[in-house]
Amino acid sequence: MIETENLTRKFGDLTAVDNLTLRVEKGEVFGFLGPNGAGKTTTVRMLCCLISKTSGTARIGDYEVGSQEDALKIRKIIGLVPDSVGLYESLTAYENLDYYGTLYRRTDSQRKESNEYFLKLLGLWEKRDALAGTFSKGMKQKLAIARALIHDPEILFMDEPTANLDPESAKTVREFILDLKKQKKTIFLNTHNLDEAQRICDRIGILNTKLMAVGTPEELERSIHGRKTVIQLRQVNEAILDSLKKLQVKNMVREGNKLTVDVENPEEENPDMVNAIVVAGGRVETVTVTSSSLEDAYLKLVRENAK
Amino acid sequence: MTTWLPWKIARKELKVISRKKSIIFYNVGLPLLIAVAFSLEIKNLTASGIPGSFSMGAESIIYLFVILATVLPSTIAAYSIVGEKIEKTLEPLLATPTTDGEILLGKGIAAFILPIASIWVAASIFMAATDYISRNAGLGYYYFPNWNAGVMLLLLAPLAGILSIEVAVIASSRVSDVRGANQIAGLMFIPFVVVFFLGTEGVFSFSVANLLIFSAVVLIIDVALYFLSRATFSREEILTKWK
Repeated sequence: MIETENLTRKFGDLTAVDNLTLRVEKGEVFGFLGPNGAGKTTTVRMLCCLISKTSGTARIGDYEVGSQEDALKIRKIIGLVPDSVGLYESLTAYENLDYYGTLYRRTDSQRKESNEYFLKLLGLWEKRDALAGTFSKGMKQKLAIARALIHDPEILFMDEPTANLDPESAKTVREFILDLKKQKKTIFLNTHNLDEAQRICDRIGILNTKLMAVGTPEELERSIHGRKTVIQLRQVNEAILDSLKKLQVKNMVREGNKLTVDVENPEEENPDMVNAIVVAGGRVETVTVTSSSLEDAYLKLVRENAK
Repeated sequence: MTTWLPWKIARKELKVISRKKSIIFYNVGLPLLIAVAFSLEIKNLTASGIPGSFSMGAESIIYLFVILATVLPSTIAAYSIVGEKIEKTLEPLLATPTTDGEILLGKGIAAFILPIASIWVAASIFMAATDYISRNAGLGYYYFPNWNAGVMLLLLAPLAGILSIEVAVIASSRVSDVRGANQIAGLMFIPFVVVFFLGTEGVFSFSVANLLIFSAVVLIIDVALYFLSRATFSREEILTKWK
C-alpha cells in the first residue's frame, strides 16, 4: 500500500529524511516513532504529495509519489490528520466537514450522509451547529479525524493525533483509531507516545533521519537483549552456581541472592534451571520473566544514532 | 482545473469573512460612506450653479473608487491566506485533491467579488445622486453614466482589484500576520494616488484614451504578478518556505 525506497529529502545542507526504505501493507497500522526533528512529518508530507522528495522513490497504492499526474490521485485516496488540527474556527462543525466533502468532490447527498455519520460516530452531532472555535481540544481533534475520513480514504496519515490532549481525550482518539484498525484501514501513525504505538500499531519504525529499526513491538523489544529470567533464592551458594553453569545459561548475573539469566524460551529453560537449583540444595522463592521494553529499544537506537 | 470548485472555495471564504464584522464594515461601509460624503460635497459645489470645475471634480471622485479597489480586495485576500496560516488550516486544505490554482482562484474570487460589488453599488449611488443634484442645479443633461466613468469602474477598478489581490498573495508568503500583509499590499495604492493628484492638478486628464492606456499598463502588471503569485502559492513553497 505504501512503499518507499531510499526516499530522501534535503533542505539545503540539512538532510531531514535519509534513504528511507519501508513497506506498509494494506490494512496495517504502522507507527512511526522518533524524536523531534527526526523527519516524521517530512516523510508524511512527502507521501501526501505536499512537498517534493530530493531522491528515491515512493508509491502509494498504484501511484507514484512525485509524479504531477499522480499527485491528485494520491490525495483522493488518502486522508491526513496533521499535527495541528487546522479547523476553520469561525465555521460550524458541520460546515467544516461539508467544505472538505466538497473539496473531495462528494455529491450533496454523499456529503449529507457522511457528515451525519461521522458527527454521530464521534459524539459531535448535538454540537454540529456550534462553531469549531468553541470546541475543546479533544472535540477539535475528533473533528479533524472526521474531516480526514469524510471521503472514505484507503490510507489515513495521522501526525501526532494525541499530542497535547488530556488523557481522557487521548483515550477517545486512541479508541477511535482502534475502531478504524478493525475496519482494516491502512494507518500511518506518527507518534512520540511509545505506549500508544505499542497498543495500536501492528509494526513500528523508529526513525531518526534514518530508519533505525522496523518490526512488531515484540520484535523491537527483543532486539535489545531478549528476555530475562530473574530467580530469587533463599541463599545462593557455589553448588547452585555450578549446577546452573552446567546448563550453559547465558549472561548469568548475581546480585545478592538474586540471579538474572538471559533466556530465549523461558517456558522450556526455566523448569530446568529451577530443577538444577533444587537438586543443588537451593530454595527458590520467586521466578520472574522480564523483557526489555519498547522504550528501552527506542532509547537505545536513538542514542546510538546520536553518537 | 475544475471550474465549479473555485466558486465553492470562494463561497466558503465569503462565509468565513461574513462573520468578521470589521472586514465587512471596511469593504461595504467605506465605499458607501465615500458615496454619501461626496454626494453631499457635490450638493455644496453646485449650491450656486454648475461650476466650471464640475466635470473634473465629479470624475476625480469616481477615480477615488478606483483607489478603493487597490486597497479593499487585499484586506480580504490577506485575511484569507494569512488567516489560514494563523489557524493552521493550510496543511489539511493542501492535502485535498485540489490544485494550487483552484485554491488561489477561489480565494481570489472571494477577495474580488465583495469589494468590487460594493464599489460598483456605492459608485452607482454617487452617480445617481450627482445626476439628481446637478440636474436640479441647472445642468441640462445627466452627467453620469459616461465613458470615463465606465472605463474607470468597469475596467480600471477590476484590474486594480486584481493587482491588489496578487500583491496580497505575494505579501502573505513573507509575513505572519494579516496587518503586515495588508501594509505591504497597501503600497499598491501609492501609484494610483499619484495619478489622482496629477488629475486634480490638471497634469493628467481622466480622458477615455488616457484611462485606457493606464488600464493597459495595469493589465500588463496584473499578468506579470499572476505568474509570480502562482509561483508563490504552491504547496512546496507554503509548507517549506512561508513564514
